[in-house]
Amino acid sequence: MKRFIPSIVLLLGLGYLLSAFRPAAPDRGYDLEAFGRLPVLANGRIKPLDTIARSSLLQLQGRQRVSDPAVSEPFAATPGAWLADVFFAPEKADTYPTFRIDSPELLTLMGISEADTRITYDSGIKHAFAILGFLPSSRARFSFRQLEPKLGELERQTQLASPIPAQTRTPFQRAVIQLYGNIRHYLELKHTVVMPGSADFLGELLRFQEILPAGIAAVRARQAGQPYEEPALKAIMELAPRYDFMGGSTSILAIPPPSTAADATAWKTSGNAILDTIQTGSLNPAVLAYAGLAHSWRQGQPEQFNKVVELYAKELERRLPDAISKARAETQFNAAEPFYRSMTLFAFVFLLGIVSWLKWPEALGRSAYFLTALALVAMTAGIATRMWLEGRPPVTNLYSSALFVGWGAVALCLVLEAIYRNAIGSVAAGVIGFCTLLIAHHLSLGGDTLEMMRAVLDSNFWLATHVVVITIGYSATFLAGFLALIYIVRGVFTKSLDRGTADALNRMVYGIVCFGTLFSMIGTVLGGIWADQSWGRFWGWDPKENGALIIVLWNAIILHARWGGFVRQRGLMMLAVFGNIVTSWSWFGTNMLGVGLHSYGFMDAAFWWLSAFIVSQLAFIAVAALPTERWRSRLA
Amino acid sequence: MRDLWPPFRDFFSSLKLTIVLLALSIILVFWATLAQVRLGVWGVQEHFFRTFFVLSKIPGTDIPVPVFPGGYFIGGLLLLNLIAAHFARYQASWKKSGIALTHLGLVLLLVGELLTGLWQEEYSLRLDEGQTKNYSESFRISELALIDHTDPQHDDVFVVPEKLLARGRDITAPQLPFRVVPKAWYPNARLQMRGPNQGGDPSPATQGIGPRIIATPLPLTYKMDERNVPAAYIEVIAPEGSLGTWLVSEMLVEPQTFTHAGRTWSIGLRLQRNYKPYALTLLEFSHDRYAGTEIPKNFSSRVRLTTPDGRDDREVLIYMNNPLRYAGLTFYQAGFDNNDRTTVLQVVRNPSWLIPYIACVLMGLGLCIQFGISLFTFVAKRRTAQAG
Repeated sequence: MKRFIPSIVLLLGLGYLLSAFRPAAPDRGYDLEAFGRLPVLANGRIKPLDTIARSSLLQLQGRQRVSDPAVSEPFAATPGAWLADVFFAPEKADTYPTFRIDSPELLTLMGISEADTRITYDSGIKHAFAILGFLPSSRARFSFRQLEPKLGELERQTQLASPIPAQTRTPFQRAVIQLYGNIRHYLELKHTVVMPGSADFLGELLRFQEILPAGIAAVRARQAGQPYEEPALKAIMELAPRYDFMGGSTSILAIPPPSTAADATAWKTSGNAILDTIQTGSLNPAVLAYAGLAHSWRQGQPEQFNKVVELYAKELERRLPDAISKARAETQFNAAEPFYRSMTLFAFVFLLGIVSWLKWPEALGRSAYFLTALALVAMTAGIATRMWLEGRPPVTNLYSSALFVGWGAVALCLVLEAIYRNAIGSVAAGVIGFCTLLIAHHLSLGGDTLEMMRAVLDSNFWLATHVVVITIGYSATFLAGFLALIYIVRGVFTKSLDRGTADALNRMVYGIVCFGTLFSMIGTVLGGIWADQSWGRFWGWDPKENGALIIVLWNAIILHARWGGFVRQRGLMMLAVFGNIVTSWSWFGTNMLGVGLHSYGFMDAAFWWLSAFIVSQLAFIAVAALPTERWRSRLA
Repeated sequence: MRDLWPPFRDFFSSLKLTIVLLALSIILVFWATLAQVRLGVWGVQEHFFRTFFVLSKIPGTDIPVPVFPGGYFIGGLLLLNLIAAHFARYQASWKKSGIALTHLGLVLLLVGELLTGLWQEEYSLRLDEGQTKNYSESFRISELALIDHTDPQHDDVFVVPEKLLARGRDITAPQLPFRVVPKAWYPNARLQMRGPNQGGDPSPATQGIGPRIIATPLPLTYKMDERNVPAAYIEVIAPEGSLGTWLVSEMLVEPQTFTHAGRTWSIGLRLQRNYKPYALTLLEFSHDRYAGTEIPKNFSSRVRLTTPDGRDDREVLIYMNNPLRYAGLTFYQAGFDNNDRTTVLQVVRNPSWLIPYIACVLMGLGLCIQFGISLFTFVAKRRTAQAG
C-alpha cells in the first residue's frame, strides 16, 4: 500500500490542476465566458474583459469574489458577471460591496458608522462562530451607494493630500488617495460601453442615428447663415455633449479600429466612437453590439445576449485574429489560476515533507518530491504563458520577479532533493514557493500585472540576461537562508537533526551560497554593462544597484569566512540567515526609498511586512546563537 | 626592520582584514543608499564613495570630522589586501586558477571604478528642434563669460571658472583690458523682480538689470529634480576706474552689455561649455506613448552629425538603450522638455569604459572554474560513497 502513495498523491495533484480547465456552467443561461473573452485596449495592452474584471476586483477589494459575510449567496457568480452588471446594470452593481476600506478614520469620513460595519448573523451557530472569531464580525467592504453621499468630501480630502510627496503621507492620506483612485476606476468601468443611467441605451442610440441627418443639415445650414430647423439642431446639440462626456470619462478603449485603419492600436472609447457618427452617419457596429448586450442583459434575454456576443466575437475574429487568440488564451490562463493552484500544492508539499521526517520517510518524501515537480510544472506553464502574452522575458516588474524568485528557488530545491532525498529540499520548496506566491498575490492587488514596459527598461536582451540572472541570484540566496532556518529550527527545537543531516545541510547551504554568489555577481556586472551600453556609465550607485552589490558582498563574506575557518556549521547557518535580510532589503527595501531608476514599485504596507521579516530573521540568528548544550539535537 | 615585516605582511594579507573590509563596505553602501533620499545620487558619490573618509560636521559647528572610512579608503585597502594575499599565499595550480581569475577581475573592477571616478566627464546637451550646437554643457558647474562682440565676424570669449569666482580674488589676464572683481558668489540663489515700492537693502549691482532684481542666497539642494542656480555680483574695474557692478546668473539669459575703450562687451554666467570639433542638429524629437495611456514607450531624437571638414555628415537616431558613440563620447537620450520640442542628451566621456567588460569576463570565468571544480569533486565523492 505504502508503495502507491507517491503515485496517488501525484494523480490527485494532477487532477486538481486539470480541474481548472473544466468549462464553467452558464450563469442563468448567459454565456459569460464568451463575454469575458471580448478584447478591449486598456493600459496600452489589448486584453480580455475577463482580465479587466478580475484585476479591477482585486484592486478595489483585494479579492475576486463579490459577496457579503451576512448574505449566503454571492452578488455575482463570477468576476465576468460582476463586470456585466457594472457595464449594463450599474444601478445594481452600485449596491454590491466592492470597495474595501480599512482605515477607521476614512470610514468616519465616508459617513459609515459602526452600525453599518457590524455583521449580524441570522443563524445562532454563525453568531457563536463570529463571537469566537471564526467568522468576521465586522465588514470591510462597502458599496458605491453607501459611499456616494460623501464623494464631495472625499474629493476635497484628495486635493488636500495629493500635493504631499507619497513617502511622507499619513496612513489616512494614503487611504484617501487609494479610495479616490478606486472610485475613479469604478466610474471609468461604468462609462466604458454604455452611458450609465440610460434605461434603454440601444433605443437611445438608434434614435440618435435617426435624427442625425436632419441635425447635421441644420448645423450646416446655420453655419452657412441659412434658415434651419430649430428642433433638429436642438436634439443633436443636447446629445453630443452627453457622448463627449461619456468618452472622456473612461480610459478603457472598447471599440476596435475599422478594418481600413492603418494603425491597429487606434482603438477608441465608446463615447468617442458614438461622436464619430456625426462624421460617418452610421453607428459603429461595435458600439451597437455592446448596446445590444446591455439591452438583452437588462431585459433578461440570455439567448439574445449569447447571440450578440457570438456574432461580435466572430466579426472580431475575422479582423483581429491575433488579438482574439491572445485574449482567449489569457482568459483560459485566468481561469486556470496556475499560481494560486501551485500555492495550494506547495502547502501540501510542506506538510508532506515535515510528516516524512516523523513517519514513512521513503513514501511521503517521494510524494512531496513528485508534488514539488508538479507545482513547478504549473508555475513554469504560468510564467511561460505570461511571457508569450507579453512578448517579454520572464521578469518585467516586481510581481513577476516574485514569481520568478519562487520558480528559481523551487527548481534548485528539486535538484537538491534529487541528490539528497531527505525531504529537506521539498520542505524548503514548500515554504519558499508558498511565500513568494503569497507575496506575488499581494503585489497583484495594484491592478493588471501584465504592464507595459517603460521606455527606460525597454530592452528584451538585457531583461533576458541581467534581470533573469540577478533574480536567480536572489532565489539562491533566499534558498540558502531557508535551508539554514531548517537547520536551526530542527537543531534547537527538535531532536531530529543528526550528524548526517547536519552535514548534508551544511553542504547544501555552501553549494547554494556558491551558486548564489556566481549569479548575483554576474547579474550585477551585467547590469553595469547594460548601464554602460545605454547610458555610457558602468555604475551609478542607484539604490537597486547598491542592493545587488550588497548581496554580492555578503555572499563573498560568507565564502571567505568559511574558507578562512572563522565560521563552522553553525556560523555558516547564521550568516546564511542574515543573507535573507540582505536579499529582502535589496528586493523590496530599495524600492521603498522612492529614488533612482529602479523605483518602479513603491509600496507602503509592504514596509511593515519587510520590517517584521527582518526582525524574525534576527530572532532566528539569536536562537542559533544559543550555546549548543541548550540545543535539543546533540551534534557534538 | 626584519622583525617588523612579517606582522605587517600578515596583517595586510589576512583573510580577517578581507572580511572586515567587506563588512565595512556593506555598511558604507547601505548608509549611502539611505542617504540618497536626502543627498541625491551626486551628493552621495561625493560624500561616500569618491572620498577617503565620510565627513560629518560636529553638531552646531562647521568643523568636519571623519566618521567612517570612505570608498577610496576601503577600496584601496581591499586592493592592497587582495594583492598582498596573492603574494603571501598563492601557489600556482589548476585548482586555484578560478580564484586567481576571479580576484584578478575584481582588481580590474576596482581599478576601473577608480579611473572612472578620476577621468569620467559628464555633460548635457539641450537641443531645440532645428537648433545646432557644437558644444555640450556641464550639469552643475558654471562659468563667467566675458565676450568681446566688436568684430561682427567673430566673438572673442574669455571665461572664468566658478571656482575662481567663489574664491573672490581679483581676476586679471593679458586678454582683458580690465580687472574682474567677484564681489559676491552665491552657489544657489533665487532671483525676484524688485517691486516698485519695495524697500530693503539696495542692490550691490549698479549696471544692467541687476538693480531691479533681488538675489536671495539659498542653501544647496541635492534633490534629483532640483538644481543649484548660482548667482554672482561682478565688478569690472578698468585702469581709469570702475565700470560698474553686474548681477550675473544663468537665469538672466538676456545679454548684459557695456562698452569700454570703443569695444562692446557682454557679461554673463552660463553653464560651463565643452566645445567639440563637430556639431549636432536636432531634426526631430519624438515621444511615443502606449496607445490610450501616458506610459512612455520610447523617446528618440533624430539628429544630424556634421564636422567642419565635411568628412561626417549623416543622420543618427538616438533612442532609449541605443546611444550614439562618436569620438570617444557617448550621447544618450536623457530627457525632454518644452512640450516634446526640446531634447536633452547626456554626453559622457569615459576612457576606461572597456575595463569592466574585461573584468566581467575574468570574474565569470573564474567563478565558473572554481565552483565547477567543487561540483565535480562533490559528484565524484558521492559516486564513490554510493558505490562503496
